[in-house]
Amino acid sequence: MLTHEQIEKNVGWMIVLTVLIVSIGGLVEIVPLFFQTSTTKPVNELVKPYDPVRLAGRDIYIREGCYNCHSQMIRPFRAETERYGHYSVAGEFVYDHPFQWGSKRTGPDLARVGGRYSDQWHRIHLLNPRDVVPESNMPAYYWLDRPLKEPNIGAKMEALRKVGVPYSDEEIAGAAQAVEGKTELDAVVAYLQGLGLALKQAR
Amino acid sequence: MDFNNTSDFVSGFWNMYVVVLSLVSVVGCGVFLLIQDKAKTNAGNTTGHVWDEDLQEYSNPLPNWWRWMFYITVVFSMVYLALYPGMGNYAGSFGWTMRGQYDAEMKKAEELYAPKFNQFLQMDVAAVAANPEAKEMGQRLFQTYCAQCHGSDAGGASSFPSLKDSDWLWGGTPEKIKETITGGRTGIMTPKGTKPDMDGEQVKDVVHYVRSLSGLSADSIRSQRGKDLYPQACAACHGPEGKGNPDAGYPNLTDKVWLYSSREDSMIETVTKGRQNQMPPFGEFLGPAKVHLLTAYVWGLGGAKGEAQPAAAAAPAGMSGMEGMPADKK
Repeated sequence: MLTHEQIEKNVGWMIVLTVLIVSIGGLVEIVPLFFQTSTTKPVNELVKPYDPVRLAGRDIYIREGCYNCHSQMIRPFRAETERYGHYSVAGEFVYDHPFQWGSKRTGPDLARVGGRYSDQWHRIHLLNPRDVVPESNMPAYYWLDRPLKEPNIGAKMEALRKVGVPYSDEEIAGAAQAVEGKTELDAVVAYLQGLGLALKQAR
Repeated sequence: MDFNNTSDFVSGFWNMYVVVLSLVSVVGCGVFLLIQDKAKTNAGNTTGHVWDEDLQEYSNPLPNWWRWMFYITVVFSMVYLALYPGMGNYAGSFGWTMRGQYDAEMKKAEELYAPKFNQFLQMDVAAVAANPEAKEMGQRLFQTYCAQCHGSDAGGASSFPSLKDSDWLWGGTPEKIKETITGGRTGIMTPKGTKPDMDGEQVKDVVHYVRSLSGLSADSIRSQRGKDLYPQACAACHGPEGKGNPDAGYPNLTDKVWLYSSREDSMIETVTKGRQNQMPPFGEFLGPAKVHLLTAYVWGLGGAKGEAQPAAAAAPAGMSGMEGMPADKK
């Protein structure tokens, strides 16, 4: 039987037991999530891997720190679903690496912003939000209207494939061509317009 | 769709894994506490270790309030795991689910608000528009769902129509407004209209002719040349006199309302590159009752054309952002 003294005087035991104790919470609460259908499988056939343009747009979304002010996670409360639509479910985010749930809402939630506004609205709004919403305190991202430089988009897709996003070889081969001639603005708008469509009609 | 599963593990192993680990750690904490309670300490209440010649460590028992808090926590955990979902697939004796709580909240709200919504849904749009309570409800809905594009004062912005004036791209009758909100609209102006072979000069000519139609400053020579191009390039949609066609969303070119600014460069851009914009459909998202209230609110903003003006809601006409702008300059 291990005594207090033995554990305290033996660094090896100390490390092993400490790691064991502090990891129990994660072992019970996090690890099983990787073995649940609802958290690992798309919620329906509308959840698809991001096409190259949307993927590039997503990277710009992350680059510009949009997640600092916008969450992508509608909680199951009436106050939220009335405004944004059906609450978010885990199966909508299986191709998000990493997910953009965020935790702060200076701006509105964007989990179901897809199709809510026209492309034209997004373009105007991203370049200068005050042009359409005079009360807005969102910064203007006026530099987005410039050519999209994504020489490594295929490599990014290959990396995502390694973590389980089912891209085909053809999709990866055609990725560079798909983003050719697009602007950063095109990519971000394409990304936003695809958000949350899987449960858009669900109530 | 069924999101009710509190757990849907891919195999039964994970159920047992969660149950065993949870129970072992909670019960283990309790047992450990008991053992520590009974443990004897050395004489003088020290751990018995000595460092640096005479440095010793006390091993006093925990204060009682603290010890009891630990016991209460253990008991609380057991009770919690019996009542609520947490032990693998076991749903808890309360049968609580997040979905269930959400549905109950929605049901309560439905009972509270549905009679009011249904009452207005039974009334015709003019009557709803004249009702102050409905107007207030409509305004709140408008601020939530419509203001981002049409502005919090419904005055619109460049590319997004004002709903306060008497000009309606798709018709301003209650039926048409409801149709617009429900199904959305897509407005497309093809580049160079129906005469794609126009060169830059011809585009400018046609722009000047169109400007002359609504009394904007125009070069008379260009305007004269544009007049000959207009029937081929524009009349198919905007009509021989430029009056447009609200049944198809073709704007009237003879009034003072300009969706994309009346500046010459903007008009040249419109004709050269075309325009495409969309009002997204809201019918499925909002449902008939809210669409009805919004229809009445929008119609009641005072812009309704060819309809009896709702007495309570006549707003001053001609206040839209587009019209307020000097026609020719910025």
